[in-house]
Amino acid sequence: MKESVALRHGVQVKPRIAPGWPRLRPKLNRRLYIGLSIIAVFILGSFLLPLLNSVDPAEQGTYLKNLPLSSKHLLGTNALGQDIFWFLVTAIRNSLLLGLGVSLAVTLISTFLGLSAGFIGGWYERIVVIFMDTFITIPVLPILIVVGALVRGNTSFAVVGVILVCFGWAWSARTIRSMALSLREREFVNMARFSGASTMDIIYREIFPYVYAYMVVGFINTILFAINTEAALAVIGLSKVQVPTLGSIIFWALNYNALMIGQTAWIMAPIAATVVLFLGLFLTSTGYNQLFAERRGVS
Amino acid sequence: MKTILKTEGLNKEYQLGGFPRNVTIRALNNINIAVESDEPAIISVVGESGSGKTTLAKVILRLVQPSSGAVTVADHLVAGKWARPDRTDFLRTVQPIFQNPFEAFSRYRTVDAYLYETATRVAQLGKAQAVAAMEEALSVVGLEYKDVRGKYPNQFSGGELQRASVARALIPRPSLIIADEPVSMIDASRRLIIINLFLALKQEYKTSLVYITHDLATAYYISDYTVVMNHGTVVEFGEAKQVLQNPQHEYTRLLLSSIPSLDHKWTEEIATDAKYS
Amino acid sequence: MIKLDNVVAAYTTQRGQVNAVEGIDLQIPDSIIMGIAGESGCGKSTLMKVIYGDIGFPLALSAGSVDYGFNNDRGQPVTSKNIQKEWFKRISYIPQSSMSSLNPVVRIRHQFTDYPATSKRKAETLERVRTFIQKLGLPPEAIDAYPHQLSGGMRQRIMVAMATFLNPEIILADEPTTALDVVVQKDILILLMELQKEMKNTIIFVSHDMGVHYQLTDRMMIMYAGKAVEYANTADIFVEPLHPYTLMLTSSLPTIGDDRARAGLPGSPPSLWEPPQGCRFAPRCPLATDLCRMAEPPLVEHRPGRFSACHYAESVPQLKETIRNAPRLSDVARDPAKLIADVESALKLDEALETATRVQEPAR
Repeated sequence: MKESVALRHGVQVKPRIAPGWPRLRPKLNRRLYIGLSIIAVFILGSFLLPLLNSVDPAEQGTYLKNLPLSSKHLLGTNALGQDIFWFLVTAIRNSLLLGLGVSLAVTLISTFLGLSAGFIGGWYERIVVIFMDTFITIPVLPILIVVGALVRGNTSFAVVGVILVCFGWAWSARTIRSMALSLREREFVNMARFSGASTMDIIYREIFPYVYAYMVVGFINTILFAINTEAALAVIGLSKVQVPTLGSIIFWALNYNALMIGQTAWIMAPIAATVVLFLGLFLTSTGYNQLFAERRGVS
Repeated sequence: MKTILKTEGLNKEYQLGGFPRNVTIRALNNINIAVESDEPAIISVVGESGSGKTTLAKVILRLVQPSSGAVTVADHLVAGKWARPDRTDFLRTVQPIFQNPFEAFSRYRTVDAYLYETATRVAQLGKAQAVAAMEEALSVVGLEYKDVRGKYPNQFSGGELQRASVARALIPRPSLIIADEPVSMIDASRRLIIINLFLALKQEYKTSLVYITHDLATAYYISDYTVVMNHGTVVEFGEAKQVLQNPQHEYTRLLLSSIPSLDHKWTEEIATDAKYS
Repeated sequence: MIKLDNVVAAYTTQRGQVNAVEGIDLQIPDSIIMGIAGESGCGKSTLMKVIYGDIGFPLALSAGSVDYGFNNDRGQPVTSKNIQKEWFKRISYIPQSSMSSLNPVVRIRHQFTDYPATSKRKAETLERVRTFIQKLGLPPEAIDAYPHQLSGGMRQRIMVAMATFLNPEIILADEPTTALDVVVQKDILILLMELQKEMKNTIIFVSHDMGVHYQLTDRMMIMYAGKAVEYANTADIFVEPLHPYTLMLTSSLPTIGDDRARAGLPGSPPSLWEPPQGCRFAPRCPLATDLCRMAEPPLVEHRPGRFSACHYAESVPQLKETIRNAPRLSDVARDPAKLIADVESALKLDEALETATRVQEPAR
């Protein structure tokens, strides 16, 4: 009888060592498998492959210009004399770094501010909410274009990242705050209070698990947002286009009319890579969503 | 004579809506009840929805601050202008049992986590003693430690989860347990298991109980005193058997006559009562 | 006369198929109020859905049929296959929660003219409805309001009005008053009784509250774990039940003025995934013997008009006597140790039915 209860939802329930930790043994669904595989390929590829290459891919004029695909140059070379394949690999790495960095910062800030504002309330919440609403209502792209136009390629990559964080944290924080607000009223919070939990205990052990799913999905979506916005800026020419990123390849390719001169690989490769990467991120995000929904059981 | 529960001039108002169309809702209106006895007592608070009985429970549990008035539990002043009860002390005196056991436990935590937490933080026991206290409380309600260890709320039935909830409330040996409709979500034939349990607790552990319900029959079965509430006011208060068999207030009589009971049929009423012509 | 012919209803879930209702075989006479009683998970709501004809994935009528005892407009007998066309005309449904059944963004009158029988003649219908609802104690302007503007009791009266104004032959009511306070509940139940007396139709009323059944119904069926265990006149069910479960159900209700000790029924209903061989109530039954555990008792007419599915139906009245002579509550030692023995068998974890929507006893 005990076995059949444990298998009730098709998920093996293993007793945890420390009472109270959330279950962490998921059965990955297909979407998640594919998504995570794609991302794994990109991450491993972009971080490990450059170790095999001794040439700086960003340096112009290394090779003969506009060479077609061959075994030496897997995607050919471009009008600047760079090997497209290695440039692309570095570009993916930089884009991923930016995306992961921005996303980490955004997730930490928005979760901390959202949870604390929602749960603690009072004047602290009011100040945080004013900040949140201000940042939400400021339109991101026009501001970035204006800022970009002012500095015109003289910014460092890090500054671009900071600007993205500034504009990315507010929306998630708001959602997390409203989740905390409604969770605060739930009966189990009172139960925890009467079990002797302090406010910090309650935020961490009672409220956080409900927010965890949203946070993971938000993390992945922010990576998408960061890479996307940076690419958009680079294509317009407002990011630091000397640094190889997915967006800057497209910028250079457009500038040199890659399609016209027959260097289709130059423009198609980064577009294809972006699409596949985004597909991977999207599948991972929705896959996690599905997983969390299943784990919660039928509610 | 010990004060089991006493409220003096208890009021609670809520403001709804904004200026200039805000409305004041009086959830509690001048509640004055006093139960003093050396023996533990079961006090039932009955009324329909919106009568204020849940608000009263929340005020006693200090989940809601009253607008005015004072509440005393077991000779400690717990609510009111001069009340500054020590937190752990309060948690060891008063404990709640909520209506919906599936809401009372978080989906993401095991049930024994709450019991363990109560044992270590409220009862302030060491690790080994905590486990012993948990086992004892669970055995009182008819469960075993191995039945709750590592299990999540959705693996239990309503009745068992509610019993686990009672066990948790018992661990710090409180003087007063506030139970807000503890059996309304459990099958009728199994309610008595928990209701009889409350009686046993009164006898063995000397725990008093405030039993909030809309079900007057179970209130009659188990309680010593009854408070009848209507729209935030206490309309009648006294010994349970008296109030429920010999009601003085018109509202109590209306409530009693509306219960579908097994001793007289409404069809006879319809035939004789002019109201139904 | 409504005939239920060996009705078996199953839910398809991720784990496979499970029978929520198993082999209900009985006849419901016309022009009475029939009650279906039982606790959560017994299958009464599923049976209601089957009788109403609201059968769609994941619910399926895997065997048996329902014959409604009247013919449709084309002269064909109405059965579970063509009952859907008769919705609101000849058979209607009063749901439990009025707030979930009324569209919150339209005025109530739109819902009265929403079905095929009335949509062609809106003005005429609304006039009829306005007169009709006055009988139910509502002002004629009530149907021009939005649902949230009415109180819970008034809304439920609207639901009753919707279900009765076309004067259907059969009205199904699934716990219509469970979410209401006792005072309002009494008014609505009396209203239902009076409407039925006037219209002479059949009302099938589902509730877990035995007191309501006692007041309202003429005949009752008790269900347990998907099966019908007793079926008789309400008076007989309460005065002389012929099934131990019925006895336990009726005797576990405290009554004002009655000071006897009572006991709850320990244990829980069996899992419908692995129903026990033999009688489903045997694990909890005080009269159970090996025969009960091996052979399932059929629903047999032990006395005229009184059916019971129990091998020892004749011994139940004796059991009732024993319970009746229970000592007073104040005299019984409410000893925790004794209590533990009483609830010992409840240690086993529950395995109530899991369906696509969680079946739970509705909160008051």
